[in-house]
Amino acid sequence: MLVDSPPEQRAETAPAPPKRRAIRAVGLLVSVAVLVVVALASIAIGAKDLALDQVWHGLFHDSGTFGDVVVGERLSRTVLGLLAGAALGLSGAVLQALTRNPLADPGLLGINAGASAAVVTAITFLGVTSLTGYVWFAFLGAAAVGALVWFLGGSRGATPVRLALAGTAISAALFGYLQAVMIMDDAALGRMRFWTVGSLSSATDEIIWEVLPFFVVGSVLALALARPLNAMEMGDDTAKALGANLNRTRALSMLAATVLCGAATAACGPIVFVGLMVPHVVRSFTGPDLRWILPYAAILSPVLLLGADVLGRIVARPAELQVGIVTAVLGGPVFIYLVRRRRTAQL
Amino acid sequence: MKTNRAVRSPGGLSVRLDVRTLVVVVLLLVAALAASVVLIGTGDFEIPAADVLRTLFGEGNASQEFIVNELRLPRVLVGLLVGASLGLGGALFQAISRNPLGSPDVLGLGQGATAGALTMIVLFSGGATQVTLGALMGGLVTGLGIYLLAWKQGVHGYRLVLVGIGMSAIVTAINGYLLTRADIVDAARAVVWMTGSLDGRDWNQVWPLLALCAVLVPLVLANGRGLRMMEMGDDISYALGVRVERVRMLLLVAAVLLTAAATAAAGPVSFVALTAPQLARRLTRSPGPNLLPSLCMGAALLVTADWISQRAFGADQLPVGVVTGVLGGVYLLWLLVTERKAGRI
Repeated sequence: MLVDSPPEQRAETAPAPPKRRAIRAVGLLVSVAVLVVVALASIAIGAKDLALDQVWHGLFHDSGTFGDVVVGERLSRTVLGLLAGAALGLSGAVLQALTRNPLADPGLLGINAGASAAVVTAITFLGVTSLTGYVWFAFLGAAAVGALVWFLGGSRGATPVRLALAGTAISAALFGYLQAVMIMDDAALGRMRFWTVGSLSSATDEIIWEVLPFFVVGSVLALALARPLNAMEMGDDTAKALGANLNRTRALSMLAATVLCGAATAACGPIVFVGLMVPHVVRSFTGPDLRWILPYAAILSPVLLLGADVLGRIVARPAELQVGIVTAVLGGPVFIYLVRRRRTAQL
Repeated sequence: MKTNRAVRSPGGLSVRLDVRTLVVVVLLLVAALAASVVLIGTGDFEIPAADVLRTLFGEGNASQEFIVNELRLPRVLVGLLVGASLGLGGALFQAISRNPLGSPDVLGLGQGATAGALTMIVLFSGGATQVTLGALMGGLVTGLGIYLLAWKQGVHGYRLVLVGIGMSAIVTAINGYLLTRADIVDAARAVVWMTGSLDGRDWNQVWPLLALCAVLVPLVLANGRGLRMMEMGDDISYALGVRVERVRMLLLVAAVLLTAAATAAAGPVSFVALTAPQLARRLTRSPGPNLLPSLCMGAALLVTADWISQRAFGADQLPVGVVTGVLGGVYLLWLLVTERKAGRI
């Protein structure tokens, strides 16, 4: 079976702990700086490129010029990218620690499919047409499927393959339902084909305010779980001996992951692989300590998401490639690389 | 009843007969043919089963001849062949990956074929022939890609499944992109194709599929013995004289070809490849790959599902893939629960 953190990543030549901590802290600051740069790029680059001083003007001295309006539009998109990226990264890191499975990813676990099925139900059978209306259905669908995969995957005895297969199976079943509805209802097809690829372009301030509470609660919960999850990585028995409450930690972790991923999916549509890739990359230089993995994931995931969004705007000018497509095309090969790197005995 | 008998000839030749499997195969064949006859009689112009049989043997009147031989018979034959190919392909994939969920649906072959077909529909506005060719190419390229990427001193079952899941995600994203590029008419056509449909299939689809099956099915069945040994593990199979990697490659190529051809003919009809081998296994109560029973089960399932979709929703309202999808989904969840209780996956 797959186990967390392959040995070569753990076997660093251990330098003195204080020095290492300093390096990690500096790394965190550098990451924040990179994030700021990417966020500025996300505001500046698009169908109409803006110079940096125009961005500055729009951000801090908004006087209603054309440039300022563009900045305002792109600002909400960037903010949503920041929030959703952080949420996806955190939920991925928590799920990977919880299942002790480096392949866990909210998209792979069928949470996205649950959200999609709920949204298409809302459009076709309940007549919901506004994006803000979708949010709640997507959220409910994600939560229901998250719970179902967790149960079918074997809850406490979940193994990587079982969870991945349970997620895939449920995704496949829900996908069939999705298609049946789209065949019968052209209006649903018209809306869903854009929603299901995952995009930041529909961001408005209203949506951001609606999902913000979930992002905050989920993030706080996820960061607070770092220590008990650390204990659980050492195995159930050791964790118990160290005083961790296994069931409570598991339930809270699943809750945090579902709230975060559900909110991100509700706001942007299903975006795969951000939650898989970033915690992995992070772990390769922080080691297995979740107290570092989680903050790093929360900062670097938006870097990836906004970066992919900017890339999608550059390659398909003046139209754009939805961010969900860019992340899947970038993330798929990484996933396959990860699968290949493991020895057969472990798989 | 003793289910295994060995038949020995005086010259020292012997063959093992699994009576239960034989009975199951015969019954499934009868069921598939009976369902076909009923399906031929179903539609806007109902024909009683007796008349269908008479017409098939060349003694019907002119209008029945036309309806049966030109319109409905090819459709039903495509259904039978597609079901059989999917059932056999699914059984092969599941045996090779040693996983009841390792079907072509999960591995992304259907998605790959869809990408090929969507490219033709959306980018080139291709007709039926181009779409079929595109789907065939897409399925083959995806299958080849999964095999090569999963290769690392041999192909291991779980790695095959996981690489397939990754591949499927990439191709799904590409499909999503193509769908957003299309105008709404093309998109609607693409979604119908993506669900799998037997609507409007004629003799042009029957012949290539029949030829492919005529070559591949005997080839696969001849290698079934090696596959059965391989379920005991690679080392034991080597010791028993099976050239494991060669047999595995041969059968994988056959499975990819069967699945891609079936998908090209009818679209990615979901879940037949997944459920047929599992149902067949439960009927024969025999471990091992159950290749022939899976083939018959696939054919019976697809034709029955097509009949249900015509009966329940009216002629040509919903394509057959929706029925197989819904039935398969329910079955899959049940499978996951029971397999979990049995501690197998």
